[in-house]
Amino acid sequence: MSDWIEVGTLNDIPKLGARVVSRAEGDIAVFRTAEDKVFALRDKCPHKGGQLSQGIVHGDRVACPLHDWKIGLDTGTAVAPDEGCAASFPIKMEGEKIMLSLTPEEGCPNN
Amino acid sequence: MSEKLVVIGNGMAGIRTIEELLKIDPLAYDITVFGAEPYGNYNRIMLSPVLAGDKTIDEIMLNDEQWYIDNHVTLHKGKEVTSIDRVNRKVIASDGTEESYDRLLIATGSDPFIIPVPGNDLDGVISFRDIKDVDAMMEASKKHKHAVVIGGGLLGLEAANGLMQQGMSVTVVHLMDKLMERQMDAPAAAMLKESLEERGLHFLMEASTESIIGKDRVEKVRFKDGSEIYADLVVMAVGIKPNIKLAQDAGIHCERGIVVNDTLQTYDPSIYSVGECAQHRGIAYGLVAPLFEMAKVCANHLAKMGIGRYEGTMTSTKLKVTGIDLFSAGDFNGDDTTDELVFQDKARGVYRKIVVKDNKILGAVMYGDTIDGTWYFDLMRDETDISEFRENLLFGQAHLGDSGHGDDNRVAAMSDNAEICGCNGVTKGEIVNAITVNKIFTLDEVRAHTKASSSCGSCTGLVESLMSHTLGGDYSTAPHLKPICGCTDKSHDQVREAIAENGFKSIHTVMEAMEWKTPDGCSKCRPAINYYLVCKFPELNLDDSQSRFINERAHANIQGDGTYSVIPRMWGGMTTPQELRAVADAAEKFNVDTVHVTGGQRIGLYGLKKDELPEIWDDLNKAGMVSGHAYGKALRTVKTCVGKEWCRFGTQDSTGIGIKLEKMSWGSWMPHKFKMAASGCPRNCAEATIKDYGVVCVDSGYEIHVGGNGGIKVRATDLLCNVETEEEVLEYSAAYIQLYREEAHYLERTAPWIERVGLSHVKEALVDDSQRRKELAERFNYSQTFMQDDPWQERAKGGEAHEFTPLKVIG
Repeated sequence: MSDWIEVGTLNDIPKLGARVVSRAEGDIAVFRTAEDKVFALRDKCPHKGGQLSQGIVHGDRVACPLHDWKIGLDTGTAVAPDEGCAASFPIKMEGEKIMLSLTPEEGCPNN
Repeated sequence: MSEKLVVIGNGMAGIRTIEELLKIDPLAYDITVFGAEPYGNYNRIMLSPVLAGDKTIDEIMLNDEQWYIDNHVTLHKGKEVTSIDRVNRKVIASDGTEESYDRLLIATGSDPFIIPVPGNDLDGVISFRDIKDVDAMMEASKKHKHAVVIGGGLLGLEAANGLMQQGMSVTVVHLMDKLMERQMDAPAAAMLKESLEERGLHFLMEASTESIIGKDRVEKVRFKDGSEIYADLVVMAVGIKPNIKLAQDAGIHCERGIVVNDTLQTYDPSIYSVGECAQHRGIAYGLVAPLFEMAKVCANHLAKMGIGRYEGTMTSTKLKVTGIDLFSAGDFNGDDTTDELVFQDKARGVYRKIVVKDNKILGAVMYGDTIDGTWYFDLMRDETDISEFRENLLFGQAHLGDSGHGDDNRVAAMSDNAEICGCNGVTKGEIVNAITVNKIFTLDEVRAHTKASSSCGSCTGLVESLMSHTLGGDYSTAPHLKPICGCTDKSHDQVREAIAENGFKSIHTVMEAMEWKTPDGCSKCRPAINYYLVCKFPELNLDDSQSRFINERAHANIQGDGTYSVIPRMWGGMTTPQELRAVADAAEKFNVDTVHVTGGQRIGLYGLKKDELPEIWDDLNKAGMVSGHAYGKALRTVKTCVGKEWCRFGTQDSTGIGIKLEKMSWGSWMPHKFKMAASGCPRNCAEATIKDYGVVCVDSGYEIHVGGNGGIKVRATDLLCNVETEEEVLEYSAAYIQLYREEAHYLERTAPWIERVGLSHVKEALVDDSQRRKELAERFNYSQTFMQDDPWQERAKGGEAHEFTPLKVIG
């Protein structure tokens, strides 16, 4: 893949927190869990478009700040019984460096 | 390899336990279920509506066979377990099927009690217990005319009503002189009987059955006085007896039921029992609400999660006969030491009696209008002191007078499209539909399916009473100790106590010691624990910003479109030309389109981007303005009128006292937002009587009002006391805030807190005990020495920069 870009290092994101990669086509939220797993989702809740980057991260989920929908960080899918998903972007770690692909996984709308 | 769990009994109790277990630890056991009936699990309490034709069998199925497959649960349906081999730890079924177990759950329920009279085995004599019985009754109603129901209790009346709906002529035979004597007192029972007679039921009271007569099929029922009546169908509904034979044969200690401890274990600790077959602290329950609580505790213990204990359930009763509303709970007969409050209006068909002792409700019985049943039940269960509103108690929650509207319980009268949850736009019809279609029983499930009551929570009371109206007696409002969230069984109070006792200093320690089921909690419990730690140890700076809602993390209110608002503090609602100029300059510099004067006498700037915040804060700081905490669970505003300095009616310096109150209490984190006001005279232009803490100046000093709320549910304040000096106003305020900070649950405003603990509790701490008041005020002022740093200033200087800047900007 040619489109991996470095967006920062692990320590740039607080544990159980998120930061935003800002771009014209729509922001991407990059999350860090308690176990230092890193995930990237389109920063837009499938419900009413809340910024997922501003939510509370717990386990492998984030709670949307607007209406508390829980979104799974690995797939971007809303936790049942809510339905919907946010596009998920591949992440790979190179040491401390976070590499992000701007080509989303298939399956969820990326708008 | 997983351990093996065998469940005997495919009914509501057994399956509910499995569901709870799967929720917390789906891989803990290989699960096998034996069920004597050839069906999946169905909602037995809804058999009456099936018989009455209000529902179909399909509508009352809880778990179809696919559910067992999806959850990898082996179901042996139609196989009755005949023995338990405790030595070799296996169970044996009638067809020879054997299953070994590591843990065994006995949930065999109960059997109908068949009265020992001649002829009780004739064709056409049945009980009312399962689908088979309902089928038999429906079948009989097609061919036959005369039905006799023996037993005038809950089950008997529901059976009789159902048979009547199916077109039969029904006589109810009852041994006692009044119906439902275990749930009703004499006047209510008489009203019930009259109303059922109007519908066409016949009654034979104080009638003792001697024999049932017939050749092949039942023909007549004969009584001890020699009289006889015709019968083509006899339904025995005189009671149930716990089904304990299997346990007894296996040598497990049984009395009336299978004796279990608080973790639902029998005398053999590898064997559990839940539901109607179990006897806990001397009680074998015949209602459904207790089994849900039992299932939860049992599942926890099976999953080796902590030490949740079942401590018994207070139950209430409702009759599932359409159009007849009755409710009873607790001890409704009373004795010499109790008081009876009675309201009766025969013409309207309304009766209610409340039994009270030492200003606490012991029991209630209601007929006709039962809307307040849940409220009385809550007051009884929580042992609330009712002395403050005793004179209005009988008229219901809507008539609490000066205490404001309280929880509006009038859900029954609402139309289906009435909006219950204003935050998420959920109507009554949608909630009722979710409850019936998805067969759900708990508040959490309603929240998950509809979002109702999942945002601000102010409609929780409405949703709870709606559930109780939809589910009838099957809904137990909530366990006595409500868990904070699904991550734990611990209540808010338990967590606070544990922090105080053990000196826990981090969220992680609390979760580990209190056996949280999730690794790092959720968006409900983490902010709560974070607050409890900050409140308990103000000097240690334990705040975890990742456990705060975005508004408190970013020190600005997130708006629907993702922008933020900025509202600087204006002490006591006072401002200056310099401040106004600074606000105007900032608004122009950052192209703020919306400048709004808030309800709390502040100026709000709306539509700012997150990365602009530190800069605009810096500009405002330079003009001497600080964060207004308009985003926080904290002191918001102190609203004032101009007072005696200008107003011809003013009696005291209300602006001066407003400023002092605000300077004293800004920056303090609280369970929820907190608003104050000071009015210069009883005309009360600052609306102090709908604030959390309100001061109304009078000629002789100051009235102190507490617990008001101007939000969704308007609640006027309660008068706490009168004081003479400003120093006292400040001391009471500090002490009151600290009591609220130390005792209220996270996200509980002062109004519901006071309704929960009672005004007398607050008066005892603050007014009656000056020593305690001084200590509370000192603790608050001590805490404030660590809290009064302007968060804007810190961030304007570059603090927490990661919060306000993108990780990377592309393109």
